[in-house]
Amino acid sequence: MPQVAESALEVKADFPIFGRRFGGRPLIYLDSGATSQKPQAVIDAVSEHLASHNANVHRGVYKLAQEADAAFESARERIAAFTGADPRTTIFTKNATEAINLVAYSWGRSNVGPGDAVLITQMEHHANLVPWQVLCHERGAELRYLEVDERGELSMEALERELARGDVRLLAFAHVSNVLGTINPVAEMAARAHAAGAVTVVDGAQAVPQMPVDVRALGADFYAWTGHKALGPTGIGVLHGSRELLEAMPPFLTGGDMIASVELQSSSWNELPWKFEAGTPAVAEAVGLAAAVDYLDALGMERVRAHERALVADMLQGLAGVPGLRVVGPPEADARGGLVSFTIEGIHPHDVAELADREGVCIRAGHHCAQPLMRCLGVGATARASVGVYNDRADVDALVRALLAAREVFALDEA
Amino acid sequence: MDDLYRDYILEHYKRPRNFGELDPHDLEALEHNPLCGDELGVHILVKDERIEDLRFHGHGCAISQASASIASEELKGMKLSDVGELDADWMIELLGIPVSATRRKCALLNLKVVRGAVTGDHAWPA
Repeated sequence: MPQVAESALEVKADFPIFGRRFGGRPLIYLDSGATSQKPQAVIDAVSEHLASHNANVHRGVYKLAQEADAAFESARERIAAFTGADPRTTIFTKNATEAINLVAYSWGRSNVGPGDAVLITQMEHHANLVPWQVLCHERGAELRYLEVDERGELSMEALERELARGDVRLLAFAHVSNVLGTINPVAEMAARAHAAGAVTVVDGAQAVPQMPVDVRALGADFYAWTGHKALGPTGIGVLHGSRELLEAMPPFLTGGDMIASVELQSSSWNELPWKFEAGTPAVAEAVGLAAAVDYLDALGMERVRAHERALVADMLQGLAGVPGLRVVGPPEADARGGLVSFTIEGIHPHDVAELADREGVCIRAGHHCAQPLMRCLGVGATARASVGVYNDRADVDALVRALLAAREVFALDEA
Repeated sequence: MDDLYRDYILEHYKRPRNFGELDPHDLEALEHNPLCGDELGVHILVKDERIEDLRFHGHGCAISQASASIASEELKGMKLSDVGELDADWMIELLGIPVSATRRKCALLNLKVVRGAVTGDHAWPA
């Protein structure tokens, strides 16, 4: 298929970290699902902001403070535009975890109570699971899970059955699973939830870096993602929310910047989005994330998706040649995002990752912050290889070679 | 030969000593490695204030399984009062391989679980 050649990106040179050598070997980075590497453009934008435009935002009258303000709010506009959102309902948080906690605390504590249910899925990252668990414990609500089938997908019939029970106040799920790679049908799920009167929260941490995401078209009430997986810095996350819900919600964190006025015994809140941004925000990080989405925009998210889809197709093919290797999640590249989790019979995933590192190949091993999913897959842990814009076919080949070498160290063919 | 995955490590991993259940037993504990979700439990039979017999159960990587297997041979017959004195260095030295900071907990999980069962101290061995 000519698709690979047409879609392949060649941007490794934009990422200075690939100039490093590890024991004389180049860096084969296949852990972008954990965090992405950063292009020079992002590093420069952060550095330039700190070197030339640094001041606190929203308070200063002097010229430098106005520059910082402009940089911060222009970053918000570019980031919102990248995901098809309104800047006024685009809230900066520390990361996706904080964005989801914002909804769980602010919306959840005022809208979920005894007799209500929160519906999530078995494939959730702890970030989109534990906040709901805590909310349900606190409010006397029931936490229910949509099952993952043997393909690693959710059943829309099961969703419909759960919603038909009439008690679901909120449906929370990942856009792309960080373990299975499954791409969930967000628009369909959000529409079904709305029809049943439930609010939807989508964890888009894996999705935004790798495919076109238009939050307006998806129709979820809340959509959370994080900067550092999308070529941006750590310490900056994003929550897109429905204006109506955000207006009605009480603040999450309180303090400076989020107030309109403070009296001795009461305060009134700033307007959106600042009502949800207490304290000095991550200004340089927002500027860096704006540079990251500009970079991704210039590549084109359709191309990014095609590039990563092709790499995953190669990876699935390559991994099929490793004896004893079992892939979890959907078997076709079309049905999954840019990652593959797997186990190798006779070698624990930790040892797989350690031995891959001997060949300069960085992959992750463990429960991937998804312990309930691990239990339902019947494994304690998996190894996971995840791709980014900078990966190429040679990286996939290096992974397969490293896994074959790992089997040799463990003498799995001798026994 | 690999520095970490030496023959004896792989041998202990593939055929761990003293693994299984021990019923009846006098002491037991179960611990998790938060890094990977691996779990390791122990059953201990006590006689005359010593570890008369013990069995580990659970799942883990080569480092954690081999560590448990190797330690089990040293722990048998050990005075209970001595178990509380065992520290991380004892285990790492016994294992005899260079363990990186990220894999340290894999090597120490068995000592954590045994100390937990014997002394009730569930802290990571220092």
